[in-house]
Amino acid sequence: MKLRRDVFQAIADPTRRTIISLVALQAMTPGAIAEEFDFSRQTISKHIQILTECEILRQEQTGREIHYHLNPEKLKAIADFIEPYRKTWDERFDTLEAIMKNQPKRT
Amino acid sequence: MEQKTKVTAQEGKQEVRISRVFGLPLESLFKAYVDPKIVEQWMGTKVIKLECKTHGSYHFETTDPKGNKHGFNGTIHEFEPNQKITRTFEMENTTFPVQLEFLEFQDINENNSKLEMLIVFKSVSDRDNLLKLPFAFGLNRAHDKLEELLSN
Repeated sequence: MKLRRDVFQAIADPTRRTIISLVALQAMTPGAIAEEFDFSRQTISKHIQILTECEILRQEQTGREIHYHLNPEKLKAIADFIEPYRKTWDERFDTLEAIMKNQPKRT
Repeated sequence: MEQKTKVTAQEGKQEVRISRVFGLPLESLFKAYVDPKIVEQWMGTKVIKLECKTHGSYHFETTDPKGNKHGFNGTIHEFEPNQKITRTFEMENTTFPVQLEFLEFQDINENNSKLEMLIVFKSVSDRDNLLKLPFAFGLNRAHDKLEELLSN
């Protein structure tokens, strides 16, 4: 069974958010990431796997080592996800304002 | 540039906060929520019923560009003129559960006022699903209405 991987699900977990902020500073090996946590290496691997499946992290092989990089485009998608909703309200309120400015003033 | 309409949706919370400062006197802003004719214009919807009072209710019907009708309704729990409206909001014939809305109207000065909306959802995922909705038809209608008004 293939699990549906949703970026919003990916960032819902605090450990995964910490991993994102670590990798944002510099590309890291899975071992270096795991050292930052008290959890078992397997737990961290699982989180890294989810982040990779969501394409938030990208693997790059350098010799024998694997480094994880951040995929900034995916993160931008998350930051922007609320914008269409905000824009809907913004335009609706602009219309409200325009209508009320055209209303005859009470005398 | 500072955005006029601000939306905050904190992670893991089942609520959204919307705030907006209007270049309108408080009474004028509030009237836009109460007068059915005006509501119809800026919401791009038909107002079937709008009882602005405690224990009142409302029923709107929007027709999308394809001609499909979408019903919206809710109950008004609190109604204090020029101050607040507390109401529920339900999209008929959708899987979205009913949501609870707290609207607070504030006076800034004689020409400006502020609206703060707090929307509470049944669950975090219901909120996220709604935020992700491509509100395309609503947007288009708002555009059309604005152009109509400006060309008059």
